[in-house]
Amino acid sequence: MFQDSIDAREAFGWKFIFSNEWDPVKEKFGALPFIFGTVVSSVLALLLALPVSIGVAVFLNEIVNKTLRTPLSFLIEILAAIPSIIYGFWGIFVLAPFMRSTVQPFLQSTLGFLPFFKGTPYGTGLLTAAIILAIMITPIITAITRDVLKAIPTAQREAAYALGATKWEAIKMALLNARSGILGASVLGLGRAIGETMAVTMVIGNRAEISASLFEPAYTMASVIANEFAEASGNLHVSALIEVGLILFAVTFIINSFARLLIYSFTRKTEGK
Amino acid sequence: MEETVQQYTSVFAKPKNLRRRKIVNSTMLFLCVVAAIISILPLFYIFFYTTKSGISSLNWDFFTQMPKPVGEAGGGMANGIIGTLILVSLGSVIGIPVGVMAGIYVTEYSGGLFSNLVKFVTDVLSGVPSIIIGIFAYGVIVIPMQGFSTIAGSFALGILMVPTITRITEEMLKLVPQSLREASLALGVSRWKTTLQIVLRTASGGIITGILLAIARAAGETAPLLFTAFGNRFWSTDLNQPIASLPVQIFNYAISPFEDWHNQAWAGALVLILLVFVVNLIVRIVTRDKFANKV
Repeated sequence: MFQDSIDAREAFGWKFIFSNEWDPVKEKFGALPFIFGTVVSSVLALLLALPVSIGVAVFLNEIVNKTLRTPLSFLIEILAAIPSIIYGFWGIFVLAPFMRSTVQPFLQSTLGFLPFFKGTPYGTGLLTAAIILAIMITPIITAITRDVLKAIPTAQREAAYALGATKWEAIKMALLNARSGILGASVLGLGRAIGETMAVTMVIGNRAEISASLFEPAYTMASVIANEFAEASGNLHVSALIEVGLILFAVTFIINSFARLLIYSFTRKTEGK
Repeated sequence: MEETVQQYTSVFAKPKNLRRRKIVNSTMLFLCVVAAIISILPLFYIFFYTTKSGISSLNWDFFTQMPKPVGEAGGGMANGIIGTLILVSLGSVIGIPVGVMAGIYVTEYSGGLFSNLVKFVTDVLSGVPSIIIGIFAYGVIVIPMQGFSTIAGSFALGILMVPTITRITEEMLKLVPQSLREASLALGVSRWKTTLQIVLRTASGGIITGILLAIARAAGETAPLLFTAFGNRFWSTDLNQPIASLPVQIFNYAISPFEDWHNQAWAGALVLILLVFVVNLIVRIVTRDKFANKV
């Protein structure tokens, strides 16, 4: 891939990352709008998914009894296994109209003074993409958070109860002790969100612009590749797309390695105790 | 332990209103329940909506007929279904041996720096976006062959399957008791034979479920196929030609403006969801037996 993107690297150099002009007709390529779209949608998705995931993990591990736990965790596993194309499809036909008719006007009327919620509610856009992504990464964050919570010794919780802690206070202790593992889980979820292609492509609106509003259509690195690669005209276009892919690969590789190392070191530490 | 006790006492030492603590307790626990409900709500909604929209187009024709031109009702996705079958089986030919062997290597011949590296790389590889794998396959196969092809698509799917299969193989081989290996070696059976005929056979049930999971995942992948197998409106089984696949066809139909096509796409989505559901259910049942036997 490094080799295949040589044309674009020679033509644009570092400006590729910082230019926000993307015009295949004029053969001008800058990846900034895609990087922006990717980062905003993924981080937003993580912010939405993290509290829910921790809640679910706590619910499954600490609160619910075994008869309910098995089917529930099965359902969450299924959620992780549904192909992303189906999420995207559902996103177009169910979530986007719902966003347009209900959620976005509501946000606009209550929080409309913020720049994030200005602009026409199209339905598709950054916010919708972030919600779909959040749904998709919740299972993976939940699964790892559960593993991490399991690694916290029961003795600690018993100690907390013995000191008169309420259930939530004991859980809070466990969560605090597990924070580096949970951080690893969320970073892993972030990596997943950054690389997610089909679902995002279908709901984000696909417009290479940077805008403060979360209602505006945007574009991500993965979806520009998905949309333009097969019909890219000219070597420079293809090579620019491959360079976008290279950036995407580098980012996810770094993020995933970081997350894995965090999780490894966390589980090793608790196993050693 | 002393350290922990200090940690806790320092937190609870502040005199707090018990009632407030109890309220906080029940609120937070309630929020956890809410989180659980929120997280599975989309699943039911997606399942329900897909069934509702897809069931009308899901009939025998869907599996046996070719796509009809826009405006004509009926037709099916026979070419997509057969295409997915071909792509996934060829992908399995690449992905299964590599995945299983890597898993064997990591567990049976582990200890060295290299096996840890393999483990780490598979973990990281499982997080690499599938579209990147698509570009990789494009660079390795599509460019030299000068055209989209079935082979390129299967290659991409094969790579995608490797991490899942390696992971499961590793987990399953770990469950095989050490004494079994020792017994076999004590009888003078050589190392590779022990691995293949004793250890692998014992773990085969679990490994097969892992392979099933990987296949189900590969069958639903769209992104890496967009510019490797590309898609095809017609019937094709030629390995050097572009080939249709169910997910890509769903994608193309879903973003089209035609009502007929949407219904077809929903039917395809329903097929994929059912596939995923059934495979996961099987895996659940089989692995539960595994764990029960172990205990």
